[in-house]
This record gives sequence, structure tokens and C-alpha cells, in this order.
Amino acid sequence: MNRGKLLWAGVALVAVTLLLLPFALSYAGTAWVRIANFAMLYVLLALGLNIVVGFAGLLDLGYIAFYAVGAYVYALLASPQFGLHLPFWVILPIGAAVAALFGVMLGAPTLKLRGDYLAIVTLGFGEIVRIFLNNLSQPVNITRGPQGIAGIDPVRLAGVDFSRTDTVLGAAFSGPMKYYYLLLLLLLAIVLINVRLQNSRIGRAWEAIREDEVAARAMGIDTTGMKLLAFAMGASFGGVAGGMFAAIQGFISPESFVLVESVMVVSMVVLGGMGNVAGVILGALLLAFVPEFLRWTVEPVQQALFGKMLVEPEVIRMLIFGLALVLVMLFRPAGVLPSAVRKRELTHDRAS
Amino acid sequence: MDIFVQQLVNGLTLGAVYAIVALGYTMVYGIIQLINFAHGELVMIGAMVAFTVINALAAGGLPPLAVVLIGTACAVPVCMLVGYAMERLAYRPLRQAPRLAPLITAIGVSIVLQHLAMLVWSRNVLAFPQIIPLTTYTFAGAVVTGVQLTIVGLCFAMMAGLALLVYRTRLGTAMRATAQNPQVARLMGVDVNRVIAATFIIGAALGAVAGVMFGTYYGVAQYTMGSVLGLKAFAAAVLGGIGNVPGAMVGGLVLGVVEALGAGYIGDFTDLCHYALLAEALGERCADGGHFVLFGSNYQDVFAFVVLILVLVFRPSGLLGERVGDRA
Repeated sequence: MNRGKLLWAGVALVAVTLLLLPFALSYAGTAWVRIANFAMLYVLLALGLNIVVGFAGLLDLGYIAFYAVGAYVYALLASPQFGLHLPFWVILPIGAAVAALFGVMLGAPTLKLRGDYLAIVTLGFGEIVRIFLNNLSQPVNITRGPQGIAGIDPVRLAGVDFSRTDTVLGAAFSGPMKYYYLLLLLLLAIVLINVRLQNSRIGRAWEAIREDEVAARAMGIDTTGMKLLAFAMGASFGGVAGGMFAAIQGFISPESFVLVESVMVVSMVVLGGMGNVAGVILGALLLAFVPEFLRWTVEPVQQALFGKMLVEPEVIRMLIFGLALVLVMLFRPAGVLPSAVRKRELTHDRAS
Repeated sequence: MDIFVQQLVNGLTLGAVYAIVALGYTMVYGIIQLINFAHGELVMIGAMVAFTVINALAAGGLPPLAVVLIGTACAVPVCMLVGYAMERLAYRPLRQAPRLAPLITAIGVSIVLQHLAMLVWSRNVLAFPQIIPLTTYTFAGAVVTGVQLTIVGLCFAMMAGLALLVYRTRLGTAMRATAQNPQVARLMGVDVNRVIAATFIIGAALGAVAGVMFGTYYGVAQYTMGSVLGLKAFAAAVLGGIGNVPGAMVGGLVLGVVEALGAGYIGDFTDLCHYALLAEALGERCADGGHFVLFGSNYQDVFAFVVLILVLVFRPSGLLGERVGDRA
């Protein structure tokens, strides 16, 4: 078999696996399908952030704010809060657009600044959004503050209600399984966008800005516009992921959008390999499953050794994240799966 | 008017603490252009160590001042050690790396320190024992406590000491030389690595003292306190002009006052019932002395970020600085 055929065989295999995965998972319990869904949400987020951090080289530490914006847009437009129940396909673009607007709002004042200022400002921005969500219950109750918004509509598409189990051709499709396929579709779209972007005129412009902004400007690249575009696109992906999160959960509160979550998404991108789509997906999946992995290992081990829980899995998870960030930067700065460009830079092989 | 003076006093106290933390940021930034993201965690560790010591000695019958001093004396070396380790392990190997790299390790270090602190001191809010007798003075209609006076006095003393160190000693000269040009400084016989390590250690010591002051002022400490405090202090450093030592002091004080006055007055300013036209439109919500407050004092934490963003947009070099944000 030649390489082309092998590649297609591989793609087909992955596709079949991904399509059949929820059936296998639901044998182990619907909880596992939910875990897979959340892992996919993280992949969505990580790919969105990859545009900002990986492609354009702008470190955004408040990325979760866009996730929050998307989630709250969905929640406000499809819940009893304002009595609005707009359909899914109307809300999702609105969420993406509003998030993109926030992205531009964040990007605009920081455009002139160097990367590390940007990191702090984005971090502050993330906190501001969270503080507002927490306090916008007064004087007019918009977000219900720390209580959060409950009773958010599930996705209803073409007469299919994603909160109920349907039987198609003798196979039972539970709610989480339907979301799985919807997320898979979104994921496919976003992966395609990411890959196509990377090798486009825009992608090359971002890369040039990342490597040397002054040189990029000298080459005639509209650095301001390109940076804003990176912010807007990254933010809109975050908004879409947030909308899906709200629909799947049915309940959101500011608790879900804390700084730690931003750091987690950044860790995924850095660990997997900034700028490399496959690496980022791997990083996101690895880190998304860490809590589950710890739940199955750390707890029983500690119970067996000490008879009680000494260190909560949550703490171990954060310690692992922190250490991973440091160690990856020290020993494998381009990530587990480095992008081709970064690898070239690291090995000083500029001939290609 | 009384409220104004009172908030001014509170703001100055808070601002003095911000200034001390901001000095840690600005010194490190001035010398190697790195935002030491984990600096806030040093402040937290300082407060935590002091809490442990003060808690252990509180019942011992020592005079309160001695207890706090011993607490500080224990916190400072611990923080210096952590600061040195941080520089040595996470930042020094990356000094030639792209700018994003040390920033990411800094985030990693900050997460690790925070959660290690959580393991040691639990996730609860720790209340400092109330050992310092509350002495109050009335000044121009405002109540000033002894602790506030001590904090402000101590902060000014520390700033003066640091200014002396930077501008009058050999180490200070070496620090300024390294900040200007590390390569040339090395050629002139300055041990650059040592100077950078010293900068981190001094910043950490200041952070530890700030942590103790913050803890004794508010009477509480928690493992998460470092991140927001660190962010605000960073905002203060940028406000004053990052890399500029006097700037950090001014920035800290200004930010503290802005925050306190802002929190004190924003409720009044955004109470739509105070504006005749709007009050009419709102009708019954404003009747009988009702209020329609858009933003209350719970938005206090937003001020620092808003100040930060405004400074970066309109005057990136800060109040006193010549260093520009996008200087390569």
C-alpha cells in the first residue's frame, strides 16, 4: 500500500472509532459519554485559544471570559430568566458574535503592547467579566449573580430534542450521545478551520507577527488588523464552546468561569504544542482526562495506603498542571507535539 | 467630608502595602524585563508563615509587638528562599528563551506554590489572633488605628531603605548597570547572575513583609490571597511606570487611594435616583428615598484593572517612567 492509501485508511479508522465511541462508552455508563463531551468542549476551547496563543503568539490568560460570554448569551436567550426561548441555531451565531466583540474590546487597548503586558491585561479582563457576572443581579437582575441561571433550554434541532432519548433503527440515542455527535460535528468544523487557517495568507501573517512584529509590519502586514482578527476568531470559538456548555449543563454560574479554567486551557495549548492542531487536541484530551484518571487512581491508592484521603485529587490535578507548565517550558518548550515551524526553529535547521 | 478623609486614610494604608508589593515586580522587571507572575504568591507565603508563627506564640505571653516581629523575622527568610529557588529553577534557565516561555513557567510556579500552600495551610480562611490592642487616634474627623500608622510608617521606611540601596550602594549600582545593559555590566566585572538573584531575594523579602502587614491589617489570610493582591500590585507598578522604583511607590499609593475612594463613592455616583431626570423616569423605585444603584462597592476589585488598562492605553510609560511598554 502506498502512503496515500495508508493515510486514508487511518482517517477512516479514526472516523469509525469516533462514530462508534459513544456506543462503547454508554456500555460503561452514560457518565462516560458526558466525560467525553466535556473533553470535546475543552478541545474546542483549546483550539480557539490556539489561534490566539499558538498562531498569533498573543498570550491570553482570560480566555475563559469568552466561554463565559458565550454561555451567558445562550442562557439569557434560552431560559426562563427573561422568558426568551430562541432556537439553538439563532443563538449560537449571536453568542459567537458577542464573544468576538468582547475579543476586539480586549484586543484593541492592548495592541500596542508587548506580550507580557497583554497576558496581565487579559487576566484582569477575565476577572472583570467574572466580577460583573457575579454582581449584575442588581439593580436589574440580569445574571442572577452567584446563584447562576438554571433551566436553560437543551438544544432542539430539526425537531430532535437533545434532552430525551430517541430510538433510531433499534439503537437508543441518549441525550449525551446526541450532544456527542453535535460536538463532534462542531469539532470537525473547527479543526478544519484551524488547519486551513494555518496555511493561509492570514495564518502566515500571524506567524510572521509572532516571530517578529516589526519585520512583519515592514513586509506590509496589517499587524493591527491581524491581531484583532486573531482575538475575534479565538473569542468566537470560545463563545461557541460556551453556548454548548450552557446547553449541555442546563445550568451556569460564575463559578464555572474562574481563573483556574483559563489556566487549564492555556496549559492544554502549551503542553500539546502551541500552534500545532494535532498537538493541541492531544494536550486538551490529556488534561481533560487527568481529573478522571486521578479519581480512579489517587483515591483508591490513598485509601489503601493511609485509610483516608490525605490529598484531594483536585489539588494533585492543579499541582500536575503547574509542574507540567514549568517542565514543558524547561525541557520541551515546543510541547509534546511541536508544530513544524517551531521545531524548525528549535533545531536551527533553516534550510527548509 | 468625614467619609472622604476616612477613605483617604484607608486607601493610603492599602496603597502603602500595594507599593511594597509593586516594588518586587518593578525591580525584577527593571532588571530582566520579566513579569514575575508568582510574586503575589510570595506575599501569600509570607502572610501564611507569619500566621503560623503568630498563632503559635499568641498564647505565650510575649508582648504583641515582639510576636509580630518574630513572625515577620520567620516569614522573610522563607520567602527569600522561595524567591531564590524560583529564580534559579524556573527563570534562569530560560533567560535567553522567547518571552512567552518564562511567563508560562511563572504561571506554573504560581499554581504550584498556591496549591502547596493549600496543602500546608488548608483551604480555609485563616483568622489571625487579635493580639494587637486596638489603639485609635482621631485625625481631621477620621479614625486612624495604630496598625495603620505603623504600616504606613514602615512602608515609607522600607521605600527609603530601598532607594538608598539602589542609588547609594555597590549592589545598587550593579543592579542599575545590569538593568541598562547586562552584557556590558558583565564586561565591567559585575556578576550578573548574582545581581539578578539578589534582586529576586530583595523583592521576596519586601513581599514577605507586605504579606505580614496585609495579614495583620485585615486579620485574615488564605492561600488564594496572592493572585488578586499580586495583580493589583502589578497594576500599581505599571501605573507608576514599570521598572521605575519611585514609580512603584507612587503608583501603589495612588492605586490604593483610587480604590478606597472609588469603593466609597461609586455607589453614590451611580445611584440613578440622585439624578433628577433619571429619578423621574424610574418613578417609584426612587420614591421615598429609594435607590437605584448601578454599581456598588462590590465592584471594588474592578478599579485596579480599569486603571491598568487606562494607563496602558493613554500613558504606557506610567506616571513617572520613561520605560515604554513596547520597548524591545
